[in-house]
Amino acid sequence: MTDQEIIEKINSSLAEEFELDLGVMTPETTLYEDMGLDSLDVVDLVIVLETAFGMKIREEEAIRNIRTLGDIHSFVINKKRQLESA
Amino acid sequence: MLLRRVVITGIGVVSPFGRGIENLMAALLAGKSGVVEIPALAEITGMRTRVAALATGIDPLEIPRKFRRSMSSMSVFATLASKDAAYMGGLTKEQLHSGRLGVSLGSTVGSPQTMQEFFRDFSLDNSLERMKSTIFFHIMNHSCASNVAQALGVTGRILAPAAACSTSCHAVGYAAEMIGMGKQDFMLCGGADEFHPLTSGTFDIINAASMAFNDSPSSTPRPFDRDRDGIVCGEGSGILLLESLESAQQRGATILAEIVGFATNSDPGSIANPDAECIAECMRLALTDAEIEPDNVDYINAHATATEQGDIAECQAISSVFGSRTPTSSLKGHLGHAMAASGTLELAACIEMLQQGVLIPTLNLDNVDPRCANVQHVDGVSRRPVSTVVKNNFALGGINSSIILRRYPQ
Repeated sequence: MTDQEIIEKINSSLAEEFELDLGVMTPETTLYEDMGLDSLDVVDLVIVLETAFGMKIREEEAIRNIRTLGDIHSFVINKKRQLESA
Repeated sequence: MLLRRVVITGIGVVSPFGRGIENLMAALLAGKSGVVEIPALAEITGMRTRVAALATGIDPLEIPRKFRRSMSSMSVFATLASKDAAYMGGLTKEQLHSGRLGVSLGSTVGSPQTMQEFFRDFSLDNSLERMKSTIFFHIMNHSCASNVAQALGVTGRILAPAAACSTSCHAVGYAAEMIGMGKQDFMLCGGADEFHPLTSGTFDIINAASMAFNDSPSSTPRPFDRDRDGIVCGEGSGILLLESLESAQQRGATILAEIVGFATNSDPGSIANPDAECIAECMRLALTDAEIEPDNVDYINAHATATEQGDIAECQAISSVFGSRTPTSSLKGHLGHAMAASGTLELAACIEMLQQGVLIPTLNLDNVDPRCANVQHVDGVSRRPVSTVVKNNFALGGINSSIILRRYPQ
């Protein structure tokens, strides 16, 4: 998968789960303020990403620092690259 | 007897005939059936019934995702019905948030559909790793009550009675007592349930589900009829807005009816089979609570689900308390049995019957079972003054309840 394909898959998965408009989802979009997510949604966000990309990320320390959609893009792209090079 | 008089100022309905009391009443007056064939039931080994009455005419997306994510369909039904009851009653946001309004609302169990989905996934590999955060909120016993309170911003008392098919009359009775005692001024109350094959299966395995009319769904259930063959499960929600009379008068609310009596009792003789004397005693207790005599009652809305044991026991009980002159009918022929929602869906119709001065007959009652001939069955849509109504609601588990409504002003 290219980075762009990963980003598109993340956006479409989150848009479907949280009923968001893809047109307003930019890397700067914040999870809490802009997307309106809360702590329960973040639990489900992790499951959505794990299911979409077939990887375990729940225990990753870096998840706790995610604030924006761009942070998710970077996190998933890096994680996939790590797994592919392992 | 209640210390404060309690009246009904709002009705919300989600039924097989769509959303709203107007749709329900129009269908009942037209003698329509909400029962349809459910092809998926044919794919379940051992399931003999193939019919049910499913809720129609609602859009769950009307509820914001923030609230909807913790709801199964039964909570969606209850929330939309509660919104309608609050709207009809003219409640303001301030009243909903006042702490003087509570919710009394139950279902038979938490969402069976969500439980099925969870355990299907869980049993694949004994893993919790795919479990969504909101599953618990679908299956907790007070799911409907809590979801309604969250969606409407209710800050008063929350009560979630669970008494299977008798749930919603319990919810109304306890809500009335709470207002009567002065603990709350308003209560949104009733019941909700969602159809699941498990519900039909529960009655099927004890030979209490209808299975002889799978090819003609609108012909069943047939309460009191000699050819009846059992229950048809349904779904939906009926919600009433109860209020103290003084509150309704102070704010100039339209009063739809008054709740003058409530009783419930337990039948320890059997967890499954109804007992005529226990049912009769429940109705007598309700009459005592209302401080009226049997002759004061104009109409009895029976629980009658079209099981042989239930219909006959209820007729015996009605006959022993009221004699054979009080008009009686069941609405299960139209609505099926909406389980925890049945009591308030039928109470909602009773309120309309009081208001419109009309009695609705039992659908599919073509030939009265001789063992049910000891009561006066409503014969066709009957226009007449109706002032006082007894509503019966019984449940597996040996639970009986009766509510008495009176026209307001009398």
